[in-house]
Amino acid sequence: MLYPKGDVEWGKCNRDISGLSIASHFGQDDKFCHLGNLSDSQKYKQMKTIKHILLIGVTILVLVACKKNEIPAPDNKNIGELSIEFDNIVGNKTLQLNTANYLNASGETFSLSLIQYYVSNLKFTNTQGAEYVVPQDSSYFLILGDDRNSRFAKVNVPEGDYKSVTFTLGVDSIRSTMPVEQRQGVLDPTGGHDGAGMYWGWNSGYIFFKMEGTSPSVTSADNKFRYHIGLYGGYDPTTPTLNNIKTVTLDLSKGGVAEVRKGYRSNIHLLVDLMKAFNGPTNISIAEHPTVMVSDFGSVVANNYQHMFSHDHTENGVRNENEL
Amino acid sequence: MNKMTVFIGLLLVVIACKKASEILPELPELFKGFVQPANFPAPVYNVTKNPISKEQFELGKKLFYDARLSRNNTISCGSCHIPAAGFTHHGHDVSHGINDQLGTRNSMPIMNVAWNKAFFWDGGVADLDLLAIVPIENPVEMDERVPNILKKLEGDEQYHSMFEKAYGTSEITSVRFLKALSSFMLMATSSNAKYDKVMRKEGARFTQEEEQGYALFRSKCAHCHPEPLFTDGTFRSNGLIPSAVNDLGRYDITLNPLEKYKFKVPSLRNLKYTAPFMHDGRFLNLDGVLNHYSGEVIDNGTLDPLLKNSNGKLGIQFTVNERKLLLSFLETLNDESFIQNKLLAE
Repeated sequence: MLYPKGDVEWGKCNRDISGLSIASHFGQDDKFCHLGNLSDSQKYKQMKTIKHILLIGVTILVLVACKKNEIPAPDNKNIGELSIEFDNIVGNKTLQLNTANYLNASGETFSLSLIQYYVSNLKFTNTQGAEYVVPQDSSYFLILGDDRNSRFAKVNVPEGDYKSVTFTLGVDSIRSTMPVEQRQGVLDPTGGHDGAGMYWGWNSGYIFFKMEGTSPSVTSADNKFRYHIGLYGGYDPTTPTLNNIKTVTLDLSKGGVAEVRKGYRSNIHLLVDLMKAFNGPTNISIAEHPTVMVSDFGSVVANNYQHMFSHDHTENGVRNENEL
Repeated sequence: MNKMTVFIGLLLVVIACKKASEILPELPELFKGFVQPANFPAPVYNVTKNPISKEQFELGKKLFYDARLSRNNTISCGSCHIPAAGFTHHGHDVSHGINDQLGTRNSMPIMNVAWNKAFFWDGGVADLDLLAIVPIENPVEMDERVPNILKKLEGDEQYHSMFEKAYGTSEITSVRFLKALSSFMLMATSSNAKYDKVMRKEGARFTQEEEQGYALFRSKCAHCHPEPLFTDGTFRSNGLIPSAVNDLGRYDITLNPLEKYKFKVPSLRNLKYTAPFMHDGRFLNLDGVLNHYSGEVIDNGTLDPLLKNSNGKLGIQFTVNERKLLLSFLETLNDESFIQNKLLAE
């Protein structure tokens, strides 16, 4: 009964209040989300002071009501938008390519010049425990550190309250061996993905995670380090290669369940701590490993970076990406 | 009289015209689509799903011989895969690519690729449609990127029209580009050597020497080089002494220590045109190859068990006469019609 019919959103009340004056909301109560159930309003028609009290009361009501999350029950016949935001950070600093300096657990100062990784095969579980698997053809994303627009993995899912998300860091082996027609867009092996260079032609495999930068601890003339991690097990099961595909599952219940409703977008905001590529189960020294590509050590890096994702918060009822 | 002259004149013209068309018959249509030779197994590449049209083939051929596929427009696929050399780089142990840089491996023949399970000496690619990316991107081969090539082709009206004929619209895409190259390579079938004609009972017969060589081949070589493709497509170490490059072969792809020094078993077809031999072109002729197998094989840790004899000796033993017989059989695998095939030539 309280669901807005106008252009006011259920999930955005807090933000609306901060952006608009209470009075203006009061003047258009038919449009505002939780004012419709006010009773006895005729009693304070002539009482200015009470009006003020009411104003405060309304404010509280609005705040409380918004917090209460009174949104319609999900109807899984409806489709809503859901995105996962991959917000790259490094330790306790934001990611600033080339300019910021970071310090890893091995005591090495470094900066990053490039960060790119594939996220694929998205899967969401709702509060009833039912799983929704995003159709594979629309479930591949390339996150580019220098392109803020690429940070969202956007999909359409049935309405629901989703309490956990699972995704693959990398590209699964089935897609890695599909005909080239089924590997377009960000998966184009010829480098159609804006020259991101996320494919090794010579061993037919995607680079799942690519991180480059400089560190004074690297003794070469340009101080560069390059971590290109891939390998999906190979096309021939009789002679398998390393498999560095990682599956990540994150519980959203603490940071906020994703309430997906038709006409709105929910955004699961993750923090991706790139420092964890170096610091983790194995603390990696850049000086000892300035270049990691097709080698056994790639697995050590992958075992580290699989822990870099954490759920920070969820934004529900979003109508415009600019709000994020 | 005048009328008669005109009449005779006309008659002559008609006859002449008729004659002209008889004298100059239409050029025979070389393109017959993908044909599976009667003595070959079904191809690995799905030609039913990807039928090759003449227009796709022609486009692929033009691309194959177009130097714009390299960064500075100097090297085409055909530079290192020359039809007259069985689509190899005859006389080069390793090829020189862009700016005369040298690679580390011998150029492989583009031949019977429809039956290949994997490509390159290390089998790094299993899908023909993805093969071309490798030499294009290799910094010592063509050092280019496909999106750049497509940009270059965009400016060429002839390509637009060829893409349209091949694929219905003039759009130049990476998928079409790769598929067109596949269409050309898939047509490079070599199946008309004397051996094939004997097997298909097309009138040819082995000489006594060839027959004996064939028997020898079957007992000593055919395990790794089985008919009719003369390769089993596997990766094996044949006991070569590692060179200074220390090419680890298949290991570079799988990182499996058991696959160090393993390379793809090459076909034995068209050896007459494709010297030098081995992954690094170290043997200049077949005598060098036979010398290796009969006396130079070392156990590099991953040596193929088939090259270890029960008496402890390594390699394959031949008498002088057996070598002669074997070479005469290998001669029957040379397919002059493939080398001369006008359909495939630049």
